[in-house]
Amino acid sequence: MIEIKDISKQFYTEEGTVEALSHVSLTVEDGDIFGIIGMSGAGKSTLVRCINMLERPTSGTIRIDGCDVGALPERQLRELRRSISMIFQGFHLLMQRNCLKNVCFPLELAGKNKRESREKAMELLNVVGLGDKAKAYPAQLSGGQQQRVAIARALATDPKVLLCDEATSALDPATTNSILELIRNINQKLGITVVVITHQMSVVEKVCNHVAILDGGQVVEQGRVSDVFSHPKSEAARRLVFPEGNPHSFYAGEEGVALHA
Amino acid sequence: MLNNLFSPDTLNEAWVIIRAEFPLAIWETVYITLLATACSILIGLPLGVLLVAGEKDGVLPLPAWLLKGLNAVINLLRSIPFLILMILVFPLTRLIVGTVVGTTASIVPLVIAAFPFVARLAESSFREVSPNTIEMAQSMGASPLQIIGKVMIPESIPSLISNATIAITTILGYSAMSGIIGGGGLGKIAINYGYYRYKYFIMLAAVVLLVVLVQIFQTVGTRLAAKADKR
Ligand SMILES: Nc1ncnc2c1ncn2[C@@H]1O[C@H](COP(=O)(O)OP(=O)(O)O)[C@@H](O)[C@H]1O
Ligand SMILES: [Mg+2]
Repeated sequence: MIEIKDISKQFYTEEGTVEALSHVSLTVEDGDIFGIIGMSGAGKSTLVRCINMLERPTSGTIRIDGCDVGALPERQLRELRRSISMIFQGFHLLMQRNCLKNVCFPLELAGKNKRESREKAMELLNVVGLGDKAKAYPAQLSGGQQQRVAIARALATDPKVLLCDEATSALDPATTNSILELIRNINQKLGITVVVITHQMSVVEKVCNHVAILDGGQVVEQGRVSDVFSHPKSEAARRLVFPEGNPHSFYAGEEGVALHA
Repeated sequence: MLNNLFSPDTLNEAWVIIRAEFPLAIWETVYITLLATACSILIGLPLGVLLVAGEKDGVLPLPAWLLKGLNAVINLLRSIPFLILMILVFPLTRLIVGTVVGTTASIVPLVIAAFPFVARLAESSFREVSPNTIEMAQSMGASPLQIIGKVMIPESIPSLISNATIAITTILGYSAMSGIIGGGGLGKIAINYGYYRYKYFIMLAAVVLLVVLVQIFQTVGTRLAAKADKR
């Protein structure tokens, strides 16, 4: 379980202070696929990076299975990070390593046996459907394939949690669907808790059970996806659910009309 | 005068000198260049790592005064003209090699002149590694040393090879200059025969060979870099 409690984050820049997050509280249950949706600049990346302390919140606490992540000393934090994998919009594969060695990378960091690592990596490449690309370099793969390698890599350390920061935003719709399907499969078969960051409602609709809407660094709405999307209460939620500003064309129910009125 | 320069007699005499002295001179030039480059890389590469990793938001932040000091020393050494540096480091050369003249002695000033340059080249290579890639490694629990050894260095290998090639060709040029203080090789021959004895043809031959060596190093370096790059 991930408990985000009253997190705020300020960035101090030359132009002044940026309040990226203010008093954000969320709880992600084990085995859930939790969406965090918001416009660009809403603070989504900052929030997800606070979960594994890539970014230290200015105030507030993050607990993972009861453990206060912010209070961990460096070494133990690194240990914990192995159980919280992350995939990114830009994939971030090591370009000078072939796919197999990319998947081996986190195991190498953990000091695991080389031969066993290779076997495990090969297995995972097969899971993501790229067994035949083990010896290929990332530059030889399409975006969707690169993201699959990144997912295989993220699974190598048997994580409890998978954080996806705009993982499909650089991909075309068909590839997006196949990656989302893969993420859903991983969640169901391996029981990994998934946090999906996105600016696209369609992504949340397709894979998430719960969703939080982030706007200007604040959670303006959260709950089950079906509830939030059928009865968007906040202005930000309505903007995301009805991007054209016209509920009629998207939502046939009376509430849509009522809400707009 | 030109007649005189390329008369059969002059050419014959030159040919004799070339055959007698050039093989050793070529070997000395290559030996000095490679050895000095190797030493410069040995010192410059770790410094390049520190310059990037040691920054405030780098993976292995150094105390600000240390980083500033390092930058200042590198800038200082890089701003001294090589000809003067050679003489300035005489005491150090004597301490390390026992003498200040000769082929081996010329390696000391070469390394002192080249390692700051190599450090800057390495720094620029490491800066090419995307911060996102480094963050990816951090998100997987990589330690600072693992990030340096498994991400920063391996990901910039092609760029490091290109820059090592630049270093080699520059050091080759410097090594020719060290002929003035008795460093061996083609530089010494060019200066001894061309400058002191007006044997223009021999100097020309030595320069042509230096050019050829630069071409060879550059071609090999460019090929190796291209071959190493998997992007
Ligand atoms: N390292 C940083 N320094 C200064 N400002 C930052 C930094 N990271 C993010 N921000 C600011 O914080 C806000 C939220 O950014 P981010 O979390 O990246 O948003 P999102 O991922 O939702 O697009 C933005 O206004 C952004 O400019
Ligand atoms: Mg973002």
